[in-house]
Amino acid sequence: MSDVILSVKDLTAEVDGNPILKGFNLEIKAGEIHAIMGPNGSGKSTFSKILAGHPAYTVTGGEIVFQGQNLLELEPDERAKSGVFLAFQYPLEIPGVSNVDFLRVSYNAKRKHEGLDELDAFDFDEVVQSKLTLLKMDPSFLNRSVNEGFSGGEKKRNEILQMALLEPRLGILDEIDSGLDIDALKVVASSVNALKKPENATLIITHYQRLLNYITPDVVHVMAKGRILKSGGKELALELEAKGYDWVLDSQAVGA
Amino acid sequence: MTIQSTLSDVGNLGLSTKVDRAAYLLGLLSLRSELPSELAGLQEIRDRAFSVVRDRAIPSTREEEWRFTDLSGLLQVQFQNSAPSEIGFPQIESFLLPESTNSRLVFVDGVYAPALSAVDDLPDGVLVGNLAAGVQLFPKLYEHLALHPGGEEIFTALNTASFTDGAIVRVSQNQAIASPIHLLFVSTQEALCHPRALVVAETGSSVTLVEEYVSLAEGAYFTNPVTEIWLGENAEVRHTRVQRDSVAAFHIGKTAVSQARDSRYDCTAVSLGGKLSRHHLEVYQTGEQTDTKLNGLTIVDGDRLGDTHSLIALSQPYGTANQVNKTIVSDRAHAVFNGKVFVPKAAQLTNAAQLSRNLLLSPKARVDTKPQLEITADNVKCAHGATVSQLEDDEVFYLQSRGIEADQARKLLTYAFAIEVIDRISVASLRHALTQLVRIQSA
Repeated sequence: MSDVILSVKDLTAEVDGNPILKGFNLEIKAGEIHAIMGPNGSGKSTFSKILAGHPAYTVTGGEIVFQGQNLLELEPDERAKSGVFLAFQYPLEIPGVSNVDFLRVSYNAKRKHEGLDELDAFDFDEVVQSKLTLLKMDPSFLNRSVNEGFSGGEKKRNEILQMALLEPRLGILDEIDSGLDIDALKVVASSVNALKKPENATLIITHYQRLLNYITPDVVHVMAKGRILKSGGKELALELEAKGYDWVLDSQAVGA
Repeated sequence: MTIQSTLSDVGNLGLSTKVDRAAYLLGLLSLRSELPSELAGLQEIRDRAFSVVRDRAIPSTREEEWRFTDLSGLLQVQFQNSAPSEIGFPQIESFLLPESTNSRLVFVDGVYAPALSAVDDLPDGVLVGNLAAGVQLFPKLYEHLALHPGGEEIFTALNTASFTDGAIVRVSQNQAIASPIHLLFVSTQEALCHPRALVVAETGSSVTLVEEYVSLAEGAYFTNPVTEIWLGENAEVRHTRVQRDSVAAFHIGKTAVSQARDSRYDCTAVSLGGKLSRHHLEVYQTGEQTDTKLNGLTIVDGDRLGDTHSLIALSQPYGTANQVNKTIVSDRAHAVFNGKVFVPKAAQLTNAAQLSRNLLLSPKARVDTKPQLEITADNVKCAHGATVSQLEDDEVFYLQSRGIEADQARKLLTYAFAIEVIDRISVASLRHALTQLVRIQSA
């Protein structure tokens, strides 16, 4: 049996006093790809931000154990260095900081945490070039300011490049498919597939089934009103695409 | 009892009355030296400036132009005449620009230092020197010196009434000089000085100018510089002005620029030092299709104040003006920006944009920003805006989520905010030096 990477039990959380998560449970094992689907406002993105430690959300109950460690005790940067990576739905622009400098600072922060020597610009260039090749990205990406003036697709690919460099144990992709045309979606999905490793896990947060045509999940969860209502195999995503979310919500109401 | 003395606003007024402030100004004026005989042609202008200053007083915060910039601290400091320090290359080595090895003028406490300057091997038609010597080679300087609008402003007039030498840069018609011209003003002691510079870029010429104020002393000196720049038709001037005075110093400077038609003026002004610093930057477009770009960065900490007052006066059709002024304010420091843009009726089909961006890094930091557009033309594009913000939580979080500690993330974001301005400087060695300074200041 594979190692459990992430275990979430009875998690409740709020923002500005409004409850968003109401008893959330999830377990992810090494090598697995999970997808959380759900209608807008179900709490999917909130959950991803809580995993990464966004200060706007307050956890009011339950626990999150990441590789045997209480994740809620860690600062966001410590979570990242421990192997949690969140690809943002809306990556921020940082004019004035070149992408390559940003990537190197980030990469070296992780190396330092692991007790490794930091890489100088020259050695880092070798590492980043190999990732660019793997992801079929244009090296000109590196010299631009972080996300400034990037198209939607470029921003998402830049998130994946960061993920490729940091090699997280748990990669969380928050609506990585939103706003992408089909070609850009295929590129992003193939990059995610290229990064898959048996010891790592991926959590995909999405509103649309479309992405799951290109990244095959092991487990699909349906989330609504701050909880997971139903879990199943990849066929569940197709069922949702065909029937919408209502039948899950309705069957839950009947069962309750 | 006058209203003035019933107000118990001691912080604003100090203990000064108008009489005290007038007496203090006269005291400053009395420190001036005789005009050298070479510059005798300046006597009339000098006398006129003298009479302007003689009847006035150091402004109080009651005057609209000085509302946020309180000069009462200056009144506590007394200056005396003293001989300029004898300094050599070792003291100024760190300020020299390798790009300007043969195009550098150095002034020490306001006095020209020929031994530290280097103006050999300049191309024909390019004059770089001190005013007293330059007047022989370029008698037409009297057609430009002290003739900008705005010369009645109190500190500008004080400079005009007091300066006895200065820098002259003249690039003749269609000449382009590749090396940047470095005007380095070094302060070494607690003195008052009035640096003066005149730059004449004739029709079709092109020049890069670095004007820099640095300090070898930590004391409370007062630098009151005036730089005048004249651009002929289709001329191009790239100007970097760097104020790195002592953090105890007073710096009240003026840059006045006139642009003939089709000319292009690009200014990056960086203000890092000074207990109290103020930069008046005034650009007058006098012909069609002139282009003005102003970029400013002020970084203040402690209880220091940094002030930029700018004016861009468009006057003819097809002019463009683009201004971005940034401030970074920490501790109990105070930044001020007042930016006027005039677009009169004649200036049709012009395009003017102004942005004031301010980053407050502590709860007691303060900024007063006042973009001021006056538009009477009806077929123009004008935009302006002002933002005052702290670092966004979301930005800090984004960096943290990539393994960067919160404190380091804030520094990186502050640095990034500043570096956008620094990156515009075309002289590589200066850009690198300022990048290092900003890195240290945001650390």
